[in-house]
Amino acid sequence: MRKLIELISVTAGYDSKVVLEDVSLAVYENDFIGIIGPNGGGKTTLLKVILGMVKPIKGEVIYNHELLRRNDIGYLPQISSVDISFPLTVKDVILSGLMMHKGVYARMNREDRKKVEKIIEEMGLKGFEKSTLAELSGGQMQRVFLGRALIGNPRLLLLDEPDNFVDTSFENEFYVKLHELNSRMAILMASHDVGTISSHVKSYACVNRHLHYHPSPELTEEQLSAYNCPIQIVAHGPIPHTVLKKHD
Amino acid sequence: MEVPVFQYDFILKGILGCLFASITAGIAGTYIVSRRMVFLSGGITHASFGGIGIGYFAGVNPVAGAAVFGILSAMGIEYLSVKQKIREDSAIGIIWALGMAVGIIFIYLTPGYTPNLISYLFGSILTVTNTDLIALGILSAVLILYFSVFYRTILYISFDENYARTYSDYVDFFKYLTTSLMALTIVLNIRMAGVILVLSLLTIPPNIAMLFTKKYSSVMKLGVVCGFAGTSGGYLFSWFTGIPAGAATIFVLVILWIILKLITILISKSKNRKN
Repeated sequence: MRKLIELISVTAGYDSKVVLEDVSLAVYENDFIGIIGPNGGGKTTLLKVILGMVKPIKGEVIYNHELLRRNDIGYLPQISSVDISFPLTVKDVILSGLMMHKGVYARMNREDRKKVEKIIEEMGLKGFEKSTLAELSGGQMQRVFLGRALIGNPRLLLLDEPDNFVDTSFENEFYVKLHELNSRMAILMASHDVGTISSHVKSYACVNRHLHYHPSPELTEEQLSAYNCPIQIVAHGPIPHTVLKKHD
Repeated sequence: MEVPVFQYDFILKGILGCLFASITAGIAGTYIVSRRMVFLSGGITHASFGGIGIGYFAGVNPVAGAAVFGILSAMGIEYLSVKQKIREDSAIGIIWALGMAVGIIFIYLTPGYTPNLISYLFGSILTVTNTDLIALGILSAVLILYFSVFYRTILYISFDENYARTYSDYVDFFKYLTTSLMALTIVLNIRMAGVILVLSLLTIPPNIAMLFTKKYSSVMKLGVVCGFAGTSGGYLFSWFTGIPAGAATIFVLVILWIILKLITILISKSKNRKN
């Protein structure tokens, strides 16, 4: 498997406040890494470093340019800050995922409109093209933003707490979708809810100022505490989940 | 019978004034309403009164003074709230009152009577000069051009700034530039609707448009049309009754909004009944 991106001893933060210290991580094609850790532990910052939005204070971020340019990264941010009553249609929200390929003079052509139709179909949003976000359910809104992250056909997909406002009826469907996408792209998913993601990811990165990579999808409470990763393991009823076996 | 020349001039001025006001207010208003910047715009409007006062005192065009004050206050509010971490609504409140105070002080210090002052407070098409009209016409052209060339960029920055930062390094540049154009729009429309009423010229048309569409570009276009209906209706109303045009415009717009709102409520109710 080929390497897409590598972080080498990266220290990063905001102003003078260090959030991540000496973090190293390599992401390969078809990886599906769960990024876990407490709130404020640096999960979002890690994603922003990979996106190039936060420049490292120390260390290096190396992109494999043959496989991954900056605009080959799809991003699903935490969307609590978006104003859902903004007069913008679902179609236009999804189209904004193409802006990274377009620049400031962006025009949407016929090809782009075809792309957006395909994504709308794929995300099960047909009939909602002209709706605003305020008219959608939490799960539908989630799919709009996932569609925005996917329309540019990324090689690497970054998801920041996607389970935050997914309604449970869509949750399973959402992870099935991610599983399917994983055959085409690497996925990094930040979450503070290990139970929900444990049956879907291939490996873990535990982020709490430092990063500990755990190359198997099994994780025990002992390991979490050893990594100084104070996380609750929560399991939900209707979602398929694995019971983690303890290591010796 | 010969119609006096000044009357043609007056009608032409009225039509152009209404047209330019509705274009600028429709475009800027959609941006301001969508981004929930109405209170900020109120701050800019009132702060620019300081520029009007200084303009009177210094003997320069008060609109020019207001333009400088408007843009500076927009930047000042941004600076106070982002860099000094003063809460935005407090920053607006401070700048709002400071501008009014400066205006009042300088008008008080200006020797003699200031006859046009009332037109700045309530707006009047009668006192709109050719220079004002030309400025408003140029601004209309600039706004149309700006929003057609950079439509997607402006739209997506105002919808989701954080996401825009993932693909663009120009987010702050466009934010400041657009805010400055909004400040200019407000200031140049003060002549039409006055410091006290100009805010509704910006907020009512897009809100009428949003009764019918939620597509940003359509809200802008329909907002311009509604604005023109309001300003020209108000202008005619004031022509026949002698009521100040600014107040008449706002009155017409609000009535229009109420009627259309009621109609849309009735339509959606009858649809529900059928279902």
